[in-house]
Amino acid sequence: MSRRISPVIPGFGLTLGYTLVYLSLLVLIPLGAMFVHASQLSWAEFWAVISAPRVLAALKLSFGTALAAALLNGVIGILLAWVLVRYTFPGRKLIDAMIDLPFALPTAVAGIALTALYAPAGPVGQLAGEFGLKIAYTPLGIALALTFVTLPFVVRTLQPVLADIPREVEEAAACLGASPWQTFRHVLLPALLPAWLTGFALAFARGIGEYGSVIFIAGNMPGKTEILPLLIMVKLDQYDYTGATSIGVLMLVVSFALLLPLNLLQRRIATP
Amino acid sequence: MSSTTLSAAASANAARRGNALGRRLLIAAAWLAFAVFLLLPLYVVLSEALKLGFGTFFEALLEPDALSALKLTLLAVGISVPLNLVFGLAAAWCVSKYEFLGKSLLVTLIDLPFSVSPVIAGLIYVLLFGAQGVFGEWLTEHDIQIVFALPGIVLATIFVTLPFVARELIPLMQEQGTQEEEAARLLGANGWQMFWHVTLPNIKWGLIYGVVLCTARAMGEFGAVSVVSGHIRGFTNTLPLHVEILYNEYNHVAAFSVASLLLVLALIILLLKQWSEARLSRLKSNAAEE
Repeated sequence: MSRRISPVIPGFGLTLGYTLVYLSLLVLIPLGAMFVHASQLSWAEFWAVISAPRVLAALKLSFGTALAAALLNGVIGILLAWVLVRYTFPGRKLIDAMIDLPFALPTAVAGIALTALYAPAGPVGQLAGEFGLKIAYTPLGIALALTFVTLPFVVRTLQPVLADIPREVEEAAACLGASPWQTFRHVLLPALLPAWLTGFALAFARGIGEYGSVIFIAGNMPGKTEILPLLIMVKLDQYDYTGATSIGVLMLVVSFALLLPLNLLQRRIATP
Repeated sequence: MSSTTLSAAASANAARRGNALGRRLLIAAAWLAFAVFLLLPLYVVLSEALKLGFGTFFEALLEPDALSALKLTLLAVGISVPLNLVFGLAAAWCVSKYEFLGKSLLVTLIDLPFSVSPVIAGLIYVLLFGAQGVFGEWLTEHDIQIVFALPGIVLATIFVTLPFVARELIPLMQEQGTQEEEAARLLGANGWQMFWHVTLPNIKWGLIYGVVLCTARAMGEFGAVSVVSGHIRGFTNTLPLHVEILYNEYNHVAAFSVASLLLVLALIILLLKQWSEARLSRLKSNAAEE
């Protein structure tokens, strides 16, 4: 699609200028300032901060739980998107509307609600306790909180794509003798993969940085259930700006290193 | 020949029968996931809030610190959402109406705040405007307080909600193209008339949808605001921070009471979202028919 540059529509200079100034002042310069601040440290100082066992444990925990939550959402998301797009059943509209609740609900509210649910004395926590399973104040609780907060991403990216796949494609596959599972595996999954990856990456990125919903359920034991964003907070409370900045830079660099290949892969699959 | 057609039809039928069972199972599984992941947390907030009856519930909401937190939250939303609305319009305008070098980079940069942790969003403003920050000394000399005050809270809120409006408008305006605006110009409308009478009615529902999402996040932002607020009770506490303080003081009933107020606001936001989304999709299907 090629669109002509429209000389009759005014406002190019104004809108582009405003966009660039606003974006630079509020996002680019402040973020850049953090990298400048970090670059004043020597490599040894930076390394001393990020190689501390407490930081490495938090790094592993944050990325691990975000990955687990994104994967769980990858499964629940396909299920919900499929059912909402393909079937009509009582409550469909309600579920469809409520899927976005985690985006509308303040994360702190989600945090204390999930803690009340999954704590040893809470209704679900008690049930799990009878099976010897501890949810709140463990990495499992963190992953569940992240699953809640990032639940809408995969569903919402899959829904429009699923709606666009004609049913005839599946019927053709069934007529050719494919089982429902084969149809799903060989016909639908390849068509859904780019959107699924987008939703997965969004959920993963959000999960890495999430703070509000996690800190209540995590228990925040250093080295065990302490996430990276919390560690930045701890360093800030101790006026350790060097430490906070180093961890911030580490977090951004690692997330982009993980998300960039994911985006490239998604683009490659989307444009055959 | 006919026998293969027959067997194909039979297997399709069998598949359909199998589907009916699979369909029920899948619907049940979706309901279960919905109930466990979304309904249970909702129920817990309300039941914990009302555990000691309506008296303590309203007491927690009408307490001076809660009211001042509500006021601060509304103020932060009231400043940051309109600013991001204007930004979203400007950004979507230049991205969708013109071709220029570096456009896709610009779109990526607009989305950047979504992949930055809210805590880092707070941190960067502390590094700039905090007492030991780049502008710290100058600000102290001139007696200007940014961090641990309203301006810091607003800045952090703007950062985390910056992409919402732009993100909704860009695809919508790209789809609509430039023909109607060009026609308006040729008929003698000036730039402002064209925007007001042609563009705005076309993007109205998308705009409202973006503003609703932006408001939801601005109202509930916790991490970024937590870093720059300083948690001064009655002064720099927003509603979500107030919930945290009450919870950490083991005042669970009060914490859940304030939380249920936020929950009700979230449900109102969902309704508004649903409504604007419905109008938007109706608009799109009308456009498709034409």
